[in-house]
Amino acid sequence: MSSNKKLIDLEEQIRQCVKCGVCQAHCPAYRENRREGDVARGKIALAASLLDGEVGLEKSLEDDISMCLMCGSCVNKCPNSVATPEIVGAIRREVTANKGLSLFGKSLATVINSPALLKTLTKGGAFLSPLVLKKVPQSSGLRLRFPAPLMKNRTVPKLPFRNLFNLVPEFIKGVANKPTVGFFAGCSITYVFPAIGKTMIDILVNMGYSVHVPKSQGCCGIPALSAGAGSIVEELAGRNSTAFGKYDKEHIITACASCNGGIGEYYQTMHENDQNFTDKVIDFTVFLKQNGMVEKLGAMKRWSERVKVTYHDPCHLKTQGITAEPRDLLQALPNVDFVEMENASLCCGLGGTFSAYHYECSKAIGAKKIPGLQESGAQQIATACPGCIIQLQDIINHAGLEVKAVHLLDLIREALAKE
Amino acid sequence: MKQNVLAELVEIVGSANVSEAASDRITHSYDATKEQFLPDVVVYAENSEQVSKIARLANTRKIPLLPRGAGSGFTGGTLPIRGGIVLVLTRMNRILQIDSDNLTAVVQPGVVTADLQKEVEKQGLFYPPDPASKDFSTLGGNVAECAGGPRCVKYGVTKDFIMGLEVVTPQGDIIRTGGQTLKNVVGYDLTKLIVGSEGTLGIITEITLKLVPKPEAKKTMLVQFETIEGAAQAVSAIIREKIIPTTLEFMDAATIDCIRSISPIALPATCNALLIIEVDGDPELIEKQAKRIMTVIEPLGIVEVKVAETSTESEKIWQVRRNVSPSLRKVNPDKFNEDIVVPRSKVPDMIRALEKLSKDYNVPIVNFGHAGDGNIHVNVMVDLREPEMEEKVHEVMEKIFATAVGLKGSLSGEHGIGTSKARYLSMELDSATISYMQAVKNAFDPNNILNPGKIFTADREEQISSE
Ligand SMILES: Cc1cc2nc3c(=O)[nH]c(=O)nc-3n(C[C@H](O)[C@H](O)[C@H](O)COP(=O)(O)OP(=O)(O)OC[C@H]3O[C@@H](n4cnc5c(N)ncnc54)[C@H](O)[C@@H]3O)c2cc1C
Ligand code: SF4
Ligand code: SF4
Repeated sequence: MSSNKKLIDLEEQIRQCVKCGVCQAHCPAYRENRREGDVARGKIALAASLLDGEVGLEKSLEDDISMCLMCGSCVNKCPNSVATPEIVGAIRREVTANKGLSLFGKSLATVINSPALLKTLTKGGAFLSPLVLKKVPQSSGLRLRFPAPLMKNRTVPKLPFRNLFNLVPEFIKGVANKPTVGFFAGCSITYVFPAIGKTMIDILVNMGYSVHVPKSQGCCGIPALSAGAGSIVEELAGRNSTAFGKYDKEHIITACASCNGGIGEYYQTMHENDQNFTDKVIDFTVFLKQNGMVEKLGAMKRWSERVKVTYHDPCHLKTQGITAEPRDLLQALPNVDFVEMENASLCCGLGGTFSAYHYECSKAIGAKKIPGLQESGAQQIATACPGCIIQLQDIINHAGLEVKAVHLLDLIREALAKE
Repeated sequence: MKQNVLAELVEIVGSANVSEAASDRITHSYDATKEQFLPDVVVYAENSEQVSKIARLANTRKIPLLPRGAGSGFTGGTLPIRGGIVLVLTRMNRILQIDSDNLTAVVQPGVVTADLQKEVEKQGLFYPPDPASKDFSTLGGNVAECAGGPRCVKYGVTKDFIMGLEVVTPQGDIIRTGGQTLKNVVGYDLTKLIVGSEGTLGIITEITLKLVPKPEAKKTMLVQFETIEGAAQAVSAIIREKIIPTTLEFMDAATIDCIRSISPIALPATCNALLIIEVDGDPELIEKQAKRIMTVIEPLGIVEVKVAETSTESEKIWQVRRNVSPSLRKVNPDKFNEDIVVPRSKVPDMIRALEKLSKDYNVPIVNFGHAGDGNIHVNVMVDLREPEMEEKVHEVMEKIFATAVGLKGSLSGEHGIGTSKARYLSMELDSATISYMQAVKNAFDPNNILNPGKIFTADREEQISSE
């Protein structure tokens, strides 16, 4: 079974940091707090000191290590591509292994593991009310990401009555000569935005693919990874590769950037990576472009009433260099006038479970997007990650703007409906 | 650190901004030199009054005090080599004023260089000094090191843009030097003295900067030469033609070898030197200048010329330059990077000498930098795991500095002396000059609390004892 790397396994990476400080320019946590402990360089220095036994897992070190969105912005610009999110993940796992999950953040695990506590803590306006949580599996990242009692005043979408698995069968047969593809839905799409998943599956079926949506698939593990819950990540990685092992497939498609980063990128770094699974993972924008969607949308008659839409780069796509495909799709959409915004690639501030521990800081990071958004004059901000949608909408609401955060697939669905 | 000192610090800045936790001491123990020395306590200041009180406290108790910006210094300027208080200024990061009538800006020291540049450019103004670290270095750090960059050929270095400063003295007084006017001859020019003083004379808490109008357009050219002499003659020819380009960056053959495989622009084997030339200003004028440049350099053994017609093409040319730093590690894992400077015309002599040293000692030396002002980034690339490599590197360094000084050049064009180059200071300055500098330091800081042990090796170490 795949297993997480330990801090010691990352020693070579850690020693590659030349302390140039370049990461300061790109780290959202540092840019907000301007503290050395918050930036990649600081965290790597702590990792090195941990390895050298110069410091233990003390409270202030935990605080520094908790101040990371695992967004990978630093890795992209680092001259030596030091993998800070992996290093941070490894330290968080050591912390939880040592002291238990609850020490990380504000007793998150206690809340997650005790329905009774949840019930008493949960009050009106909460995202995941206990009732709703009953429908969300224990291991779902949603529980880690949006533990309602910890985030005062977060504005959140209403949960739909039916989840994705109620809406679609597990296997849909396509046309004879087309291969099978898998759809990895992830928690947010399954429970919060099933319509996005439904759209994706409809498009795939329309293209003639056979589509496998295994009901036994679980959370990708990104939130657990972010919370330092190493064994949960391992369990999920195993479960997902088994779930998708059933049919021989060409691709496993994600419509959530975080899930893509989880099952596509993170699993690849684990010991005994199941390549037969991880190598097939592909983001939907890349897949759609390869399958002629840009041309198809471009050939459609442009609507007379179009909406002005801008784009937010989810970190987990940006760091993989997937920035052109979503824009190509937006530009081609007949129902959309695409405009760029300043700071499109700035992190929204959600960061795995970061916003649950550091909601105020998370909001402040996200708020940096507001001036660019306002200047762009866009009516909607599209993105390719449901987590970003929830966070962006919250930030927009707090800024009192009228802009709506949407998934790219929402816009594609709208365009295709007129066909 | 004694409890009462700690309590006083907490009183000044609040408990959230003082820490002696091991993790905070570790994360404030280094800069870009990679060396590490643990401070006793880390303090984040938010205004001049706090800085002043901290200085007063450090001075009375004789505790070393280390101003720190982004910690991107290359010479150990902010390293707490004798422990003490690291005073972080990154949160004093407000742009206080941009005055488009007087072409000035007033900023706090923690403002990041590129952040100011972005703001002033929105108003059609321009702050030229552009160290490669501009996206993260602080203006306070730039002033303290007198940072330079590629654009300095035409516009000058940081000191040419500093009109006035607010400085907290080591005794805790808040003084003002210079002012808001271009002309000012009242009293000594303390501004010039503080600029480049590497945090040893005072703590800069406010900076008044000079701005210029933003150039309307720019044009970028990449020229490949058969020999380094050709490139050097091209530099002279351009200047003789009375054209001062914004930038004149060069790369030697060793550098080109490092990037050949990844360069977005093909670099054939016959290319042994390369210049990136950029001119800026009025669009018509720069077209003419670009043509004249091409004419005068034509006979100098050119392999290939690329003139950017669009901003994307210009980006591509600069990408060649940006490829350099990350590629160096391919040569060897450990980099010793110096920024010597020689008179413009002596660049080929210096490069030849470096090539010879490289051969004699059998260590790769990769050179690139600012041909326009003779500032050469010399990178001695070694593997320190090899036996006796460290000693060898020091010997090579010494020879490099001696050669630079011999050519009437200098040990450092941009990065300063700090701890890294202190022991070479006497190669360039005679003892009387050094004594004068030390007398200045002594006058400002009789207790030697501010950044002790920097620039001069033989300072009064015995006087400093952290309580
Ligand atoms: C990748 C990279 C590229 C670089 N490129 C260039 C370049 O092109 N040109 C160039 O000139 N330099 C360059 N540098 C060096 C460095 O960035 C500059 O010296 C910069 O000015 C340092 O600023 P800082 O905020 O990081 O200062 P720090 O490193 O924090 O401090 C530097 C010195 O300034 C003092 N100091 C800082 N703030 C204050 C203050 N407010 N008052 C008094 N003293 C203070 C410190 O005590 C210390 O002595 C580069 C560095 C890196 C890592
Ligand atoms: S950019 Fe990379 S090498 Fe430089 S300090 Fe940050 S992590 Fe270290
Ligand atoms: S992963 Fe993101 S938040 Fe964490 S250190 Fe890197 S840039 Fe900063």
